Amino acid sequence: MREVLVDIERWRRQGKRVALARLVDLEGSGPRLPGAAMAISDDGEVAGSVSGGCVEGAVVAEALDVLAGDGPGRLVTFGYSDDEAFAVGLTCGGTMHLFVERLDW
Amino acid sequence: MTGTGAVFDDLATALRAERPVALATVVAGAGVGGALLVEPGRDGRGTLGDPDLDRVVGRDAEAELQAGTSGVRHYGPRGEARRDDVSVFIESFAPPPRMVIFGAVDFTAALVRLAKVLGYRVTVCDAREVFATKARFPFADEVVVDWPNRLLERIGHELGPRDAVCVLTHDHKFDVPAVVAAMRTKVGYLGAMGSRRTHAERLDRLRREGVGDDDLARLMAPIGLDIGARTPEETAVAVCAEIIALRTGRPAPSLREGEGPIHR
Repeated sequence: MREVLVDIERWRRQGKRVALARLVDLEGSGPRLPGAAMAISDDGEVAGSVSGGCVEGAVVAEALDVLAGDGPGRLVTFGYSDDEAFAVGLTCGGTMHLFVERLDW
Repeated sequence: MTGTGAVFDDLATALRAERPVALATVVAGAGVGGALLVEPGRDGRGTLGDPDLDRVVGRDAEAELQAGTSGVRHYGPRGEARRDDVSVFIESFAPPPRMVIFGAVDFTAALVRLAKVLGYRVTVCDAREVFATKARFPFADEVVVDWPNRLLERIGHELGPRDAVCVLTHDHKFDVPAVVAAMRTKVGYLGAMGSRRTHAERLDRLRREGVGDDDLARLMAPIGLDIGARTPEETAVAVCAEIIALRTGRPAPSLREGEGPIHR
Protein backbone atom coordinates (compact mmCIF):
# COMPACT_ATOMS: atom_id res chain seq x y z
CA MET A 1 0.00 0.00 0.00
CA ARG A 2 2.88 2.35 0.85
CA GLU A 3 3.77 2.72 -2.84
CA VAL A 4 0.34 4.00 -3.94
CA LEU A 5 -0.14 6.70 -1.28
CA VAL A 6 1.77 9.31 -3.29
CA ASP A 7 -0.48 8.77 -6.31
CA ILE A 8 -3.60 8.88 -4.12
CA GLU A 9 -2.51 12.26 -2.72
CA ARG A 10 -1.74 13.62 -6.19
CA TRP A 11 -5.12 12.53 -7.62
CA ARG A 12 -6.87 14.04 -4.64
CA ARG A 13 -5.09 17.38 -5.23
CA GLN A 14 -6.19 17.19 -8.86
CA GLY A 15 -9.81 16.79 -7.72
CA LYS A 16 -10.13 13.23 -8.95
CA ARG A 17 -12.13 10.57 -7.18
CA VAL A 18 -10.11 7.58 -6.02
CA ALA A 19 -10.78 3.88 -5.42
CA LEU A 20 -8.43 1.54 -3.60
CA ALA A 21 -8.22 -2.24 -4.08
CA ARG A 22 -6.29 -4.23 -1.49
CA LEU A 23 -5.44 -7.92 -1.31
CA VAL A 24 -6.81 -8.88 2.13
CA ASP A 25 -6.71 -12.67 2.06
CA LEU A 26 -5.10 -15.39 0.03
CA GLU A 27 -5.75 -19.13 -0.13
CA GLY A 28 -3.13 -21.37 -1.67
CA SER A 29 -0.44 -20.06 -3.95
CA GLY A 30 -0.26 -16.43 -5.00
CA PRO A 31 2.37 -13.94 -6.06
CA ARG A 32 1.63 -11.18 -3.55
CA LEU A 33 0.95 -10.98 0.18
CA PRO A 34 -2.02 -9.34 1.96
CA GLY A 35 -1.57 -5.59 1.77
CA ALA A 36 -0.66 -5.52 -1.93
CA ALA A 37 -2.61 -2.55 -3.25
CA MET A 38 -3.78 -0.87 -6.39
CA ALA A 39 -5.24 2.63 -6.58
CA ILE A 40 -7.50 3.69 -9.43
CA SER A 41 -8.62 7.22 -10.31
CA ASP A 42 -12.02 7.98 -11.82
CA ASP A 43 -10.40 8.75 -15.17
CA GLY A 44 -8.74 5.34 -15.25
CA GLU A 45 -5.20 6.03 -14.03
CA VAL A 46 -3.73 3.08 -12.16
CA ALA A 47 -0.96 2.78 -9.54
CA GLY A 48 0.39 -0.40 -7.92
CA SER A 49 -0.70 -3.99 -8.46
CA VAL A 50 -2.31 -6.85 -6.55
CA SER A 51 -1.19 -9.95 -8.46
CA GLY A 52 1.32 -10.89 -11.11
CA GLY A 53 -0.78 -9.12 -13.71
CA CYS A 54 -3.51 -11.77 -13.87
CA VAL A 55 -6.49 -9.87 -12.46
CA GLU A 56 -5.51 -6.20 -12.67
CA GLY A 57 -7.78 -5.49 -15.64
CA ALA A 58 -10.81 -6.89 -13.85
CA VAL A 59 -9.89 -4.97 -10.67
CA VAL A 60 -9.93 -1.68 -12.61
CA ALA A 61 -13.44 -2.50 -13.82
CA GLU A 62 -14.56 -3.30 -10.25
CA ALA A 63 -12.99 -0.09 -8.96
CA LEU A 64 -14.67 2.09 -11.58
CA ASP A 65 -17.95 0.37 -10.74
CA VAL A 66 -17.47 1.15 -7.03
CA LEU A 67 -16.68 4.80 -7.92
CA ALA A 68 -19.86 4.99 -10.02
CA GLY A 69 -22.11 3.55 -7.28
CA ASP A 70 -22.82 4.81 -3.77
CA GLY A 71 -21.89 1.73 -1.70
CA PRO A 72 -18.83 2.04 0.54
CA GLY A 73 -16.94 -0.92 -0.87
CA ARG A 74 -17.10 -4.64 -1.55
CA LEU A 75 -15.17 -7.87 -1.30
CA VAL A 76 -14.23 -9.41 -4.64
CA THR A 77 -12.86 -12.94 -5.05
CA PHE A 78 -10.73 -14.26 -7.88
CA GLY A 79 -9.87 -17.94 -8.20
CA TYR A 80 -8.54 -20.44 -10.66
CA SER A 81 -10.45 -20.29 -13.94
CA ASP A 82 -10.36 -23.70 -15.60
CA ASP A 83 -13.71 -23.56 -17.32
CA GLU A 84 -13.22 -20.68 -19.71
CA ALA A 85 -9.83 -20.16 -21.26
CA PHE A 86 -10.15 -16.39 -21.34
CA ALA A 87 -12.03 -15.80 -18.10
CA VAL A 88 -10.30 -13.71 -15.47
CA GLY A 89 -8.48 -15.97 -13.09
CA LEU A 90 -5.24 -17.02 -11.50
CA THR A 91 -3.17 -19.62 -13.30
CA CYS A 92 -1.23 -20.36 -10.09
CA GLY A 93 -4.23 -22.14 -8.58
CA GLY A 94 -4.70 -19.75 -5.65
CA THR A 95 -7.76 -17.78 -4.59
CA MET A 96 -7.48 -14.12 -3.68
CA HIS A 97 -9.92 -11.90 -1.83
CA LEU A 98 -9.74 -8.18 -2.56
CA PHE A 99 -11.47 -5.32 -0.81
CA VAL A 100 -12.35 -2.55 -3.24
CA GLU A 101 -13.42 0.76 -1.71
CA ARG A 102 -14.00 4.39 -2.55
CA LEU A 103 -11.93 6.93 -0.62
CA ASP A 104 -13.98 9.92 0.52
CA TRP A 105 -12.65 13.17 1.91
CA MET B 1 -19.15 10.89 8.98
CA THR B 2 -15.48 11.59 8.36
CA GLY B 3 -14.47 10.00 5.08
CA THR B 4 -11.99 7.17 5.02
CA GLY B 5 -9.74 9.46 2.98
CA ALA B 6 -8.87 11.45 6.11
CA VAL B 7 -7.62 8.25 7.75
CA PHE B 8 -5.43 7.63 4.69
CA ASP B 9 -3.97 11.14 5.03
CA ASP B 10 -3.04 10.33 8.64
CA LEU B 11 -1.59 7.00 7.49
CA ALA B 12 0.59 8.76 4.91
CA THR B 13 1.81 11.20 7.58
CA ALA B 14 2.74 8.38 9.97
CA LEU B 15 4.54 6.45 7.22
CA ARG B 16 6.55 9.50 6.15
CA ALA B 17 7.67 9.91 9.77
CA GLU B 18 8.56 6.17 9.80
CA ARG B 19 6.30 5.57 12.79
CA PRO B 20 4.87 2.05 13.27
CA VAL B 21 1.18 2.15 12.34
CA ALA B 22 -1.66 -0.25 11.51
CA LEU B 23 -4.82 0.33 9.49
CA ALA B 24 -7.99 -1.65 10.26
CA THR B 25 -10.84 -1.70 7.72
CA VAL B 26 -14.24 -3.40 7.92
CA VAL B 27 -14.42 -5.53 4.75
CA ALA B 28 -17.62 -7.51 5.50
CA GLY B 29 -20.59 -7.20 7.88
CA ALA B 30 -22.11 -4.04 9.38
CA GLY B 31 -20.19 -0.84 8.70
CA VAL B 32 -18.26 -1.97 5.61
CA GLY B 33 -15.59 0.57 4.71
CA GLY B 34 -15.18 1.86 8.29
CA ALA B 35 -11.50 2.52 9.00
CA LEU B 36 -9.46 2.87 12.18
CA LEU B 37 -5.82 3.95 12.32
CA VAL B 38 -3.86 2.45 15.23
CA GLU B 39 -0.56 3.84 16.48
CA PRO B 40 1.06 2.52 19.67
CA GLY B 41 1.01 5.22 22.34
CA ARG B 42 -1.43 7.47 20.44
CA ASP B 43 -5.20 7.76 20.23
CA GLY B 44 -6.81 5.86 17.38
CA ARG B 45 -8.24 7.88 14.50
CA GLY B 46 -11.44 7.03 12.64
CA THR B 47 -13.85 4.31 13.75
CA LEU B 48 -15.12 0.89 12.71
CA GLY B 49 -18.60 1.94 13.87
CA ASP B 50 -18.62 0.75 17.49
CA PRO B 51 -16.39 1.89 20.38
CA ASP B 52 -16.00 -1.62 21.83
CA LEU B 53 -15.10 -3.02 18.41
CA ASP B 54 -12.56 -0.19 18.02
CA ARG B 55 -10.98 -1.08 21.35
CA VAL B 56 -10.70 -4.83 20.65
CA VAL B 57 -9.44 -4.32 17.10
CA GLY B 58 -6.99 -1.66 18.33
CA ARG B 59 -5.47 -4.21 20.69
CA ASP B 60 -5.30 -6.89 17.97
CA ALA B 61 -3.80 -4.37 15.53
CA GLU B 62 -0.98 -3.62 17.98
CA ALA B 63 -0.29 -7.37 18.15
CA GLU B 64 -0.21 -7.66 14.34
CA LEU B 65 2.11 -4.69 14.22
CA GLN B 66 4.43 -6.29 16.76
CA ALA B 67 4.56 -9.46 14.66
CA GLY B 68 4.77 -7.57 11.37
CA THR B 69 1.77 -9.44 9.94
CA SER B 70 -1.41 -8.44 8.10
CA GLY B 71 -4.67 -10.35 7.73
CA VAL B 72 -8.43 -10.63 8.18
CA ARG B 73 -9.92 -11.20 11.66
CA HIS B 74 -13.53 -11.87 12.60
CA TYR B 75 -15.58 -10.41 15.45
CA GLY B 76 -19.07 -9.91 16.83
CA PRO B 77 -20.68 -6.45 16.30
CA ARG B 78 -19.08 -5.18 19.54
CA GLY B 79 -15.78 -6.95 19.14
CA GLU B 80 -16.89 -10.26 20.67
CA ALA B 81 -14.47 -13.13 20.10
CA ARG B 82 -15.38 -16.38 18.30
CA ARG B 83 -18.05 -14.70 16.18
CA ASP B 84 -18.18 -14.00 12.51
CA ASP B 85 -20.48 -10.98 12.09
CA VAL B 86 -17.82 -8.47 11.14
CA SER B 87 -14.62 -9.11 9.12
CA VAL B 88 -11.79 -6.64 9.64
CA PHE B 89 -8.64 -6.45 7.54
CA ILE B 90 -5.71 -5.33 9.67
CA GLU B 91 -2.70 -4.13 7.69
CA SER B 92 0.41 -3.40 9.69
CA PHE B 93 3.16 -1.08 8.57
CA ALA B 94 6.34 -1.72 10.52
CA PRO B 95 9.06 0.93 10.15
CA PRO B 96 11.64 0.02 7.49
CA PRO B 97 14.39 -2.40 8.55
CA ARG B 98 17.85 -0.90 8.94
CA MET B 99 21.09 -1.76 7.26
CA VAL B 100 24.33 -0.43 8.69
CA ILE B 101 27.29 -0.70 6.33
CA PHE B 102 30.83 -0.21 7.63
CA GLY B 103 33.46 0.81 5.08
CA ALA B 104 33.02 3.51 2.44
CA VAL B 105 34.14 1.52 -0.62
CA ASP B 106 32.75 0.83 -4.12
CA PHE B 107 31.01 -2.30 -2.86
CA THR B 108 29.26 -0.08 -0.34
CA ALA B 109 27.83 2.21 -3.03
CA ALA B 110 26.33 -0.78 -4.86
CA LEU B 111 24.98 -2.32 -1.65
CA VAL B 112 23.35 0.98 -0.63
CA ARG B 113 21.50 1.17 -3.95
CA LEU B 114 20.20 -2.40 -3.72
CA ALA B 115 19.29 -2.09 -0.04
CA LYS B 116 17.21 1.00 -0.86
CA VAL B 117 15.36 -0.96 -3.55
CA LEU B 118 14.59 -3.60 -0.89
CA GLY B 119 13.22 -0.96 1.48
CA TYR B 120 16.03 -0.62 4.02
CA ARG B 121 16.90 2.55 5.87
CA VAL B 122 20.66 2.64 5.19
CA THR B 123 23.50 4.06 7.26
CA VAL B 124 27.07 4.14 5.90
CA CYS B 125 29.86 4.54 8.45
CA ASP B 126 33.60 4.93 8.01
CA ALA B 127 36.20 6.61 10.19
CA ARG B 128 37.87 8.24 7.17
CA GLU B 129 36.12 11.50 6.39
CA VAL B 130 37.59 11.72 2.86
CA PHE B 131 35.62 8.62 1.90
CA ALA B 132 32.53 8.83 4.08
CA THR B 133 30.73 11.60 2.20
CA LYS B 134 27.11 12.04 1.15
CA ALA B 135 28.36 12.84 -2.36
CA ARG B 136 29.81 9.33 -2.71
CA PHE B 137 26.69 7.67 -1.29
CA PRO B 138 23.79 9.85 -2.43
CA PHE B 139 21.23 7.09 -1.83
CA ALA B 140 22.22 6.44 1.79
CA ASP B 141 19.84 7.81 4.42
CA GLU B 142 22.84 8.88 6.50
CA VAL B 143 26.60 8.87 6.15
CA VAL B 144 28.48 8.90 9.47
CA VAL B 145 32.16 9.68 9.99
CA ASP B 146 33.08 7.70 13.08
CA TRP B 147 34.59 4.48 14.33
CA PRO B 148 32.22 1.51 13.88
CA ASN B 149 32.23 0.56 17.55
CA ARG B 150 31.36 4.12 18.58
CA LEU B 151 28.41 4.25 16.15
CA LEU B 152 27.13 0.90 17.45
CA GLU B 153 27.48 2.06 21.05
CA ARG B 154 25.01 4.81 20.12
CA ILE B 155 22.50 2.95 17.91
CA GLY B 156 23.17 -0.76 18.63
CA HIS B 157 20.22 -1.05 21.03
CA GLU B 158 17.88 -0.07 18.16
CA LEU B 159 18.92 -3.03 15.98
CA GLY B 160 16.75 -6.17 15.90
CA PRO B 161 16.06 -9.37 13.97
CA ARG B 162 14.94 -7.58 10.77
CA ASP B 163 18.08 -5.45 10.60
CA ALA B 164 21.48 -6.08 9.04
CA VAL B 165 25.08 -5.07 9.69
CA CYS B 166 27.50 -5.47 6.77
CA VAL B 167 31.20 -4.98 7.41
CA LEU B 168 32.93 -4.22 4.12
CA THR B 169 36.14 -2.59 5.34
CA HIS B 170 38.30 -5.75 5.19
CA ASP B 171 40.86 -3.91 7.29
CA HIS B 172 41.29 -5.57 10.70
CA LYS B 173 41.82 -2.20 12.31
CA PHE B 174 38.20 -1.29 11.50
CA ASP B 175 36.36 -4.56 11.04
CA VAL B 176 37.38 -6.35 14.25
CA PRO B 177 35.92 -3.60 16.49
CA ALA B 178 32.87 -3.40 14.19
CA VAL B 179 32.16 -7.14 14.41
CA VAL B 180 32.77 -7.24 18.17
CA ALA B 181 30.37 -4.32 18.71
CA ALA B 182 27.75 -5.78 16.33
CA MET B 183 27.77 -9.06 18.26
CA ARG B 184 26.60 -7.18 21.34
CA THR B 185 23.43 -6.20 19.45
CA LYS B 186 20.36 -8.26 18.54
CA VAL B 187 20.91 -7.62 14.82
CA GLY B 188 19.49 -10.45 12.66
CA TYR B 189 22.22 -10.48 10.02
CA LEU B 190 25.91 -9.85 10.50
CA GLY B 191 28.23 -10.31 7.52
CA ALA B 192 31.86 -9.42 6.90
CA MET B 193 33.70 -9.14 3.58
CA GLY B 194 37.12 -10.53 2.81
CA SER B 195 38.93 -13.49 1.30
CA ARG B 196 39.09 -16.77 3.16
CA ARG B 197 42.65 -15.92 4.22
CA THR B 198 41.56 -12.49 5.50
CA HIS B 199 38.71 -14.14 7.33
CA ALA B 200 40.91 -16.82 8.93
CA GLU B 201 43.11 -14.09 10.35
CA ARG B 202 40.03 -12.11 11.42
CA LEU B 203 38.73 -15.17 13.28
CA ASP B 204 42.03 -15.41 15.18
CA ARG B 205 41.82 -11.75 16.12
CA LEU B 206 38.17 -12.05 17.17
CA ARG B 207 38.97 -15.05 19.38
CA ARG B 208 41.83 -13.08 20.96
CA GLU B 209 39.27 -10.34 21.69
CA GLY B 210 37.35 -12.97 23.66
CA VAL B 211 34.57 -13.67 21.11
CA GLY B 212 33.22 -17.19 21.69
CA ASP B 213 32.12 -19.83 19.18
CA ASP B 214 28.41 -19.12 19.69
CA ASP B 215 28.90 -15.51 18.68
CA LEU B 216 31.23 -16.42 15.80
CA ALA B 217 28.48 -18.69 14.46
CA ARG B 218 26.40 -15.53 13.83
CA LEU B 219 29.04 -14.10 11.53
CA MET B 220 28.40 -14.66 7.81
CA ALA B 221 31.91 -14.43 6.35
CA PRO B 222 33.06 -14.36 3.68
CA ILE B 223 29.88 -12.35 3.15
CA GLY B 224 27.24 -13.37 0.59
CA LEU B 225 25.94 -16.36 -1.33
CA ASP B 226 28.32 -18.34 -3.54
CA ILE B 227 26.82 -17.31 -6.89
CA GLY B 228 30.05 -16.28 -8.58
CA ALA B 229 29.48 -12.55 -8.06
CA ARG B 230 32.32 -10.39 -9.44
CA THR B 231 31.28 -6.76 -9.72
CA PRO B 232 30.21 -4.58 -6.76
CA GLU B 233 26.63 -4.77 -8.02
CA GLU B 234 26.67 -8.58 -8.30
CA THR B 235 28.25 -8.80 -4.86
CA ALA B 236 25.44 -6.63 -3.51
CA VAL B 237 22.94 -9.15 -4.94
CA ALA B 238 24.86 -12.01 -3.28
CA VAL B 239 24.77 -10.20 0.09
CA CYS B 240 21.08 -9.26 -0.06
CA ALA B 241 20.11 -12.74 -1.25
CA GLU B 242 21.98 -14.20 1.74
CA ILE B 243 20.09 -11.88 4.09
CA ILE B 244 16.76 -13.05 2.61
CA ALA B 245 17.74 -16.76 2.73
CA LEU B 246 18.84 -16.45 6.37
CA ARG B 247 15.55 -14.77 7.30
CA THR B 248 13.37 -17.35 5.52
CA GLY B 249 15.51 -20.35 6.50
CA ARG B 250 15.71 -21.56 2.90
CA PRO B 251 18.71 -23.57 1.71
CA ALA B 252 21.05 -21.38 -0.32
CA PRO B 253 24.82 -21.81 -0.77
CA SER B 254 26.59 -19.27 1.45
CA LEU B 255 30.28 -18.59 0.76
CA ARG B 256 30.81 -19.27 4.45
CA GLU B 257 29.96 -22.95 4.01
CA GLY B 258 32.28 -23.45 1.01
CA GLU B 259 36.01 -23.83 0.48
CA GLY B 260 38.64 -22.58 -1.93
CA PRO B 261 38.97 -19.20 -3.63
CA ILE B 262 35.87 -16.99 -3.72
CA HIS B 263 36.61 -15.89 -7.30
CA ARG B 264 37.49 -18.67 -9.68
